[in-house]
Amino acid sequence: MTDSRPVLTMTGISKSFPGVRALHNVDFQLFPGEVHALMGENGAGKSTLIKVLTGVYGIDEGSVTLDGEQVAFNGPMQAAAAGVSTVYQEVNLCPNLSVAENIFIGREPRRFGAVRWGEVRRRARQLLARLDLDIDVTAPVASFSLAVQQMVAIARAIDVQARVLILDEPTSSLDAGEVAQLFRIMRQLRDEGIAILFVTHFLDQVYGIADRITVLRNGALVGEYPIAELPQLALVEKMIGKELDVLERIEEQPRPELAVLEGGTPFVQVSQLGRKGAVAPFTLAIHAGEVVGLAGLLGSGRTEVARLLFGADRADRGEVEVNGARTGLRNPVQAIDQGIGFCSENRRAEGIIADLSVRENMILAMQAARGWLRPIPRRRQDELVDRYIKALSIRPANPEMPVRNLSGGNQQKVLLARWLITEPRLLILDEPTRGIDIGAKAEIQKLVVQLSDGGMAVLFISAELEEVLRLSHKIAVMRDRELVAQLDNDDTVDADRVMQTIASGTEREEASR
Amino acid sequence: MSDAGHRFRTLLGHRLFWPVAVLVVMLAANTVYRPGFLAVEINNGHLYGTPIDILRLSAPLILVALGMTLVISTGGIDLSVGSTCAISGAIACLYISRAPDQNNLGTVLTALAMALGVALVLGAWNGVLVSVIGIQPIIATLILMVAGRGLAQLIAEGQIITINSGPYRAIGLGHLLTLPLAIFIALAAALLVAAFTRRTALGMIVESVGGNREASRLAGIRSGRVVFLVYVVSAACAAIAGFMMTANVSSADGNNTGLWVELDAILAVVIGGTSLAGGRFYLSGTIVGALIIQTLTTTVYAMNISPQTALLFKAVVVIAVCLIQAPAFRARFRRRRPGTPPPPQSSPQRQKEQVPA
Amino acid sequence: MTSLPISTGPRWAKLPRRHMPVLATLALLLVMYGIGVSQYRAFSNIQVVFNVFIDNGFLLVIAVGMTFVILTGGIDLSVGSVAAMTAMVSAWLLQSGLPALPVLVIALLIGPTLGFLMGCAIHFFDIQPFIVTLAGMFFARGMCTFISNASIPITDGFWTTMSQYRIGDPRGNFVSISVLVAFAVVLVAAYVLAYTRLGRNVYAIGGNPQSALLMGLPLGRTRIAVYTISGLCAAIGGILLSFYTLSGAPLIAIGMELDVIAAVVIGGTVLTGGSGYIFGTVLGVLVLGVIQTLITFDGSLNSWWTKIVIGGLLFAFILLQRLIGIRYK
Repeated sequence: MTDSRPVLTMTGISKSFPGVRALHNVDFQLFPGEVHALMGENGAGKSTLIKVLTGVYGIDEGSVTLDGEQVAFNGPMQAAAAGVSTVYQEVNLCPNLSVAENIFIGREPRRFGAVRWGEVRRRARQLLARLDLDIDVTAPVASFSLAVQQMVAIARAIDVQARVLILDEPTSSLDAGEVAQLFRIMRQLRDEGIAILFVTHFLDQVYGIADRITVLRNGALVGEYPIAELPQLALVEKMIGKELDVLERIEEQPRPELAVLEGGTPFVQVSQLGRKGAVAPFTLAIHAGEVVGLAGLLGSGRTEVARLLFGADRADRGEVEVNGARTGLRNPVQAIDQGIGFCSENRRAEGIIADLSVRENMILAMQAARGWLRPIPRRRQDELVDRYIKALSIRPANPEMPVRNLSGGNQQKVLLARWLITEPRLLILDEPTRGIDIGAKAEIQKLVVQLSDGGMAVLFISAELEEVLRLSHKIAVMRDRELVAQLDNDDTVDADRVMQTIASGTEREEASR
Repeated sequence: MSDAGHRFRTLLGHRLFWPVAVLVVMLAANTVYRPGFLAVEINNGHLYGTPIDILRLSAPLILVALGMTLVISTGGIDLSVGSTCAISGAIACLYISRAPDQNNLGTVLTALAMALGVALVLGAWNGVLVSVIGIQPIIATLILMVAGRGLAQLIAEGQIITINSGPYRAIGLGHLLTLPLAIFIALAAALLVAAFTRRTALGMIVESVGGNREASRLAGIRSGRVVFLVYVVSAACAAIAGFMMTANVSSADGNNTGLWVELDAILAVVIGGTSLAGGRFYLSGTIVGALIIQTLTTTVYAMNISPQTALLFKAVVVIAVCLIQAPAFRARFRRRRPGTPPPPQSSPQRQKEQVPA
Repeated sequence: MTSLPISTGPRWAKLPRRHMPVLATLALLLVMYGIGVSQYRAFSNIQVVFNVFIDNGFLLVIAVGMTFVILTGGIDLSVGSVAAMTAMVSAWLLQSGLPALPVLVIALLIGPTLGFLMGCAIHFFDIQPFIVTLAGMFFARGMCTFISNASIPITDGFWTTMSQYRIGDPRGNFVSISVLVAFAVVLVAAYVLAYTRLGRNVYAIGGNPQSALLMGLPLGRTRIAVYTISGLCAAIGGILLSFYTLSGAPLIAIGMELDVIAAVVIGGTVLTGGSGYIFGTVLGVLVLGVIQTLITFDGSLNSWWTKIVIGGLLFAFILLQRLIGIRYK
């Protein structure tokens, strides 16, 4: 499959930004008809390598050759014209334009300078048919799901007779079915001879589709391996540079028995709580000291459940009891008053206030609860902030630094600190480990265990089933915006069983397997 | 020596450096052009001189700009302040002009209270449009900017209301401790707003809402209330500025009172270093910005150039200050590549620190 | 493997939604015209409609330019001053004895040049359009009085011909040449927006500038182009204004940028960019024109009612946009 000459070669690439050496002497090659995974932790240099390749950044040292000819693109458009197309993690389409136009804008078929709309629509339909997608190409892109938008972006990328297709974390917002659809298209394109560069955080997906793997660490090349010669564990080791057993160690710690935890009145008990168009009515109890995992595919209603419990969205039916007393959770203020905290999955848009300092971000929730007329005395602020910077080992440990300058993992810890300072009784964590490196991930998992051991209730949402299984006492399974099952996380529960439940919506199918 | 260099660079990087530098250069240029420019003399127990005039005349602008700073900090903008000035000035003057004794202090206070009340209602209208209905601030306040001028003329029935009220005139022209009263009013307002925002947590909450509204809501901040509040504060500031403007000339003109003050105020805020995108705000910067604008106007008047042509100079200063403050422009002069470098998240030692031993 | 299930909702619910603001404006226009006809006998005279066009031809041209800018999510506060400056420069050059043609060329170059420079400042230095065009507004207005403090009359033959020539039917109804120019500008603009890459890029940038950039669209060029177009339209508008008034006055068209923005918004263009049509802008200008005509016909209403009504309409239309939720971001 990869016996021909490489279509793309990058040799000795170096790239520095003021104060940071992002890439150092990196080699990379890509053959026609292969799916090549580019792996590395956050900050390893994957994005920089792609941006250098497509001409978003200039190259400091090294050369890029395409089909044996040296090239230096001045931007994504020129790269695309030469056959190197990129599809980014966040779907980059214009939501107000039609599907057809999004595919062709910038290179519409024209006659005498006028766009030929009929031709645009016809070719868009053709192209989407190739991807097995039958949608109304005249509808605005905003009216379709993220997955469909991703496909449209790929359609746009492959229309320019791409020889190299770069997929930069295309799967991070897709559910399993959509990922399968994407993989099918990737295989089809690969078989047509297109070279695909694939960046993802999901290890399973790498082993599901890639032919070869290149690993980067700290801006340097670790190596290039055929998939068969690099088992998963070895890959993780190469990515983080040392053997990491923290994750395993957590599992070995003794956890309190579920029966003990569920003895008394639950801290939060909701019955038939629901919101039209978001999540079907569900019933759920969360006890003090209990970690409830919420499993399910993306779009299954996980986040919606969290938002209802926090009052971020208003429920339109159902009842809520906190500590056995009837109450409401109509807005975040009310939820916080009851002792609930919520870290959104969308750290940048719904979490940090990038302009403000680490200190201000941390005390924000507590200050909000006190009201603006009663500022927290500065000494008390410093005390609290220092304590949590130490406890969560936030780096750099400078409380006055704008939080935008911190890495993703450290920003996540700042958000955790924001809620821990309010001393919540229930902490809702929606994808707290997404998009952060493995080290910070392990620390956050450890923290969840510590908090629950200390008596805090935690609702833990994650796309990674392993993580949910490892941390939770009880797992609530979501499917199609419905809570379909609650499993006690005992010896009989494993990833397969949860997966079955997610897939079938009930547990009974397990017997027939 | 390197220490001095470092200090110089720190000074250069201070957000107030460029605005203050521009102000100083303007004052210096004036002094060179007209050596008596900075002279201040005591006459009749009052201080007189161009610097005092600049301070007195910039008072209304400072007031409007203070309110505008808070609005802009929440990521909004208030185009309606000029109209609010006109409406509140018109109401106050109308009430006084119909009173039997225009010099009665009680009459003047009632007039001020009424006008301020109406201004608060206008501010609340803006606040509701922005925070409850969720209309973009620039459009929401555009409504009142357009309609407000009509309302001001409606109140005055298209006339210029002239009054002859000592207490009212004092707001614009009175003196206290040898200095114009207007300076003290502006100063008091500045201190009040500063205390209101920085001695409480309001400032941080405003910046938080301006920086990221949804995140603030999820942190338990009642964003809507904060946004509502800043528009009311802005309208109140504009109303007081409107009193000052009309008191200066002892008349209210629905068409011209506070004309374009919203633009000057926005300029002052931007010159002062507050981003139009919202987030951090700097009251001291805003005041310097307002002083720059007034110094420019005074300079141009002193050079016997028509007020309209003065706009030419204003345009030059606006562009100069904005360019100096624009990161993209600075970057070009430091000969860095135009693309913004990514945040330094790939620093090697941090990577190591994140992996627990 | 089958295709993904796709939920777009029923199409009938989508299409009218996008066109709702324009339809509402059209309905409003018809209702206002109906009121006029039912209240005042003279209103039914077709010349009333023609007069609306004659009196607002320059506004229409300038609003077309503003539509481009607003579609990209920007704003141009300089248009009123630029129009005034164009008229002023024409009057001044004509007074100094230059023939009509070179004057026309020079006058038409000023606006786009200023627009181009503003576009460059916005794009290259990343300064908010609001501030840059505000500086442009100050500059152009300052230039007006710099040229002359007083109004300069125009006596040039070409100008007076353009001003007085009537294109009409035997019954005496007529339009001015300015109206034809305005129509031409509208048609060209509508074509550019619907059928050229530049036009489509304008919509794309208004929809999502980051995406547009990553899709390889010429963000900078398009941005600079829309401010240049707006400057050109303001210049044409300024020429039409000088045909209309046969003079250049330093204080004319003050606050016109507000009327223009109001017309564009009432015409259904969303101020955040990405959605709107030239046709809507035409309707928006007509609405403003008909309001003025109605207030003139009703002798008892004073001129300030125009502003109050425009403000009220702005409110109504913005509320409508909000209610049907044309927001993609």
